[in-house]
Amino acid sequence: MKKYLALLLACLMAVSLFTGCGSSGTTETTAAAAANETAAAGETAAADDTAAAPAIKIGLTGPLTGANSEYGLAVRGGMEIAVAEINALGGLQIEFKAEDDEADGSDKAVSAYNTLKDWGMQIFAGAVTTGSSLAIAAETVNDQIFMLTPSASAVDVAMTGSNVYQMCFTDPNQGASAAELMAEKWPDATIGVIYDSSDAYSTGIRDGFLAKAEELGLNVAVSDASFTADNKADLSTQVTQCKDAGCDLVFLPFYYTEAAQILTYANTIGYKPTFFGCDGMDGILNVEGFDTALAEGLVLMTPFDANATDDATVSFVEQFKANNDGKVPNQFAADGYDVIYALYNACVAAGIDGNTPADEACALLQEQFATMSVDGLTGTGMTWDENGMISKAPAAMVVTDGVYVPMG
Amino acid sequence: MKTKMNTLLKNKNARTNALTYLVVIAAFLVTQYLYSADALSSSVKGYLIPICVYISLAVSLNLLVGICGELSLGHAGFMGIGAFSGIVIAALLKDTIPNDALRLLCAMFGGGILAGAVGFVIGVPVLRLRGDYLAIVTLAFGEILKNIIGNTYAGIDESGFHMAISTTKMPLETGGKYIINGPLGATGIQKIATFPMGFVLVLFTLFVVLNLINSKEGRAIKAVRDNRIAAESVGINVTAFRMKAFVVSAFLAGMAGALFGLNYSSVTASKFNFNTSINILVFVVLGGMGNILGSVISATLLYVLPEALRSLQDYRMILYAIVLIVVMLCTWSPKVKEYLSVIGDKLGGLRKKKEVGSHE
Repeated sequence: MKKYLALLLACLMAVSLFTGCGSSGTTETTAAAAANETAAAGETAAADDTAAAPAIKIGLTGPLTGANSEYGLAVRGGMEIAVAEINALGGLQIEFKAEDDEADGSDKAVSAYNTLKDWGMQIFAGAVTTGSSLAIAAETVNDQIFMLTPSASAVDVAMTGSNVYQMCFTDPNQGASAAELMAEKWPDATIGVIYDSSDAYSTGIRDGFLAKAEELGLNVAVSDASFTADNKADLSTQVTQCKDAGCDLVFLPFYYTEAAQILTYANTIGYKPTFFGCDGMDGILNVEGFDTALAEGLVLMTPFDANATDDATVSFVEQFKANNDGKVPNQFAADGYDVIYALYNACVAAGIDGNTPADEACALLQEQFATMSVDGLTGTGMTWDENGMISKAPAAMVVTDGVYVPMG
Repeated sequence: MKTKMNTLLKNKNARTNALTYLVVIAAFLVTQYLYSADALSSSVKGYLIPICVYISLAVSLNLLVGICGELSLGHAGFMGIGAFSGIVIAALLKDTIPNDALRLLCAMFGGGILAGAVGFVIGVPVLRLRGDYLAIVTLAFGEILKNIIGNTYAGIDESGFHMAISTTKMPLETGGKYIINGPLGATGIQKIATFPMGFVLVLFTLFVVLNLINSKEGRAIKAVRDNRIAAESVGINVTAFRMKAFVVSAFLAGMAGALFGLNYSSVTASKFNFNTSINILVFVVLGGMGNILGSVISATLLYVLPEALRSLQDYRMILYAIVLIVVMLCTWSPKVKEYLSVIGDKLGGLRKKKEVGSHE
């Protein structure tokens, strides 16, 4: 009896193995067929219009499922808008594909990247999170595929190889600019820092901040109020620690979900220092169930302002809201949008199209990124240094009456 | 010789073991042939080493869960210890042992020994507990290990190797390099893991576990699982045998972890969290408790499954969960079992049906 069962199960499993292989096989072929179709379409189009060539394949990996999916989905949303806009222009076409890496720092990230590679990706526009980017960056160096990450901000990412570029500020850099701004605006403040010790982004900013603060002679009273990703249900201890130390400026270098918790708790105990956040704070005004009045006076350094009135931002925000059930885009989405445009501009300038092999495209794009300057939603006149790190002006915003107002 | 072969074929245990080895070796040979013929896509090539790692993890956990009967939820912690110590060992031996394969072996054994040692230290207090309590405490220890690794900084500079739990306490001289960088994890790892080495690890794990199961010790461990009081009454040292299974399991997990760590250029401590432990446990449970070949097969299939479902985009994790539930129901529901056995009987014919009936 048991033997039969075992045999049957084994058969079932074997069958599922084959179906597994089969389905992945068919997806590959459909992908290839799709590519052929586009190629064919490109050829027929070429008869009418000499400028047309097969679409460039740009890939993204990011957390599309799981706890960090809001960041991955935001970047994907931003990129899809840029791709749709560019494809509507005619001329150089882009084929875009996003794969889920679950914000994993090793095997899942590499699997997602390999899937894109099998699809025929020429340029890699990811990954969203630092951990995944670190794992993938070394692979892109081996494969010589150009990588421009929208939001992986650790220094180590850009330092992995000469083909790896960043669209966002590096963490220590952001910490240092925060310290400079504080020294300028609040030179006598007693400063407290709360950070997430299990997160590379938060720890990186904090380390950069503390180094610069020491250099500038800022009074940092609390520097070790930390929490971890598993231990953030209650952040009252950290707030109380800052309150007891008499801090009148509290630096919060982490994402807005935890920050919303801190602001709410500080309000309940009647603690009203100036709160200061980084680009991860962008999005706090849209947290569900969060009273935006509590964010009044919050200072944050973000390169993107969804309430800006320039045409590019307005149309981007409208389009994003239309695609995402009325959700307001945050800086992740804006970075994603800028990444696609930066790549598009560089491809047009270097004459890269769907026929250019990935490694040739990589070399050409590196030449372009060394000299070019890009205007986007997250900054104007953005340039890259020889390590692939971006240089753009940090912008500080203050929340006034529920909207961001550039800091005077 | 012939009689020996006959007893081998008649002995059910020996037959299952031989089948296990055969399946693994055949799978390796086929894959290796396809690999060398360049018939595999980069994604499939990428799965090979993690599959070997997860097979080893599942088989080693099966020793603990299936054979010893202790539910452990901290297996990923041992994997993490192995991964990070293996990475450090490989980085330190870079100049001493230029041969990659040899260095990988050293790192794997080093990682395994350290994980085994940690397993022993944890085992002393933990193995006083039973059942649910043991599960909860191993879960806690797994999380503790993860958090310790996530706050560890290790690096080398001209004056040697440094390790601390804070960057400020550990300033490296200029030209120094961090091997483990706190929450950023280990970065800039030289990837030296290879698929043949993964195969060797699987064989080694099978060899250790299968031999242990079929030895005097293994029978004692099973006796402890089935009836602790009866086992104690015949003079079996219960704690010692449970400890043996626990340490061997941790050692093998450490080796697998080292191979895993050295297969990627960066690894973060958060990888070795509760979810990974549960994942490995799922491999064991779906493969069948105490069924080693089952663990091998289910680890392979369940690792590939979410990847094979990539074409479903955002729905793949939901489908993965549904597949797990369906498999679980199909293997355990008495009704489905009955239904399957009916089909089996029809396929097997009348004669075999009688045989099955007499077994019941």
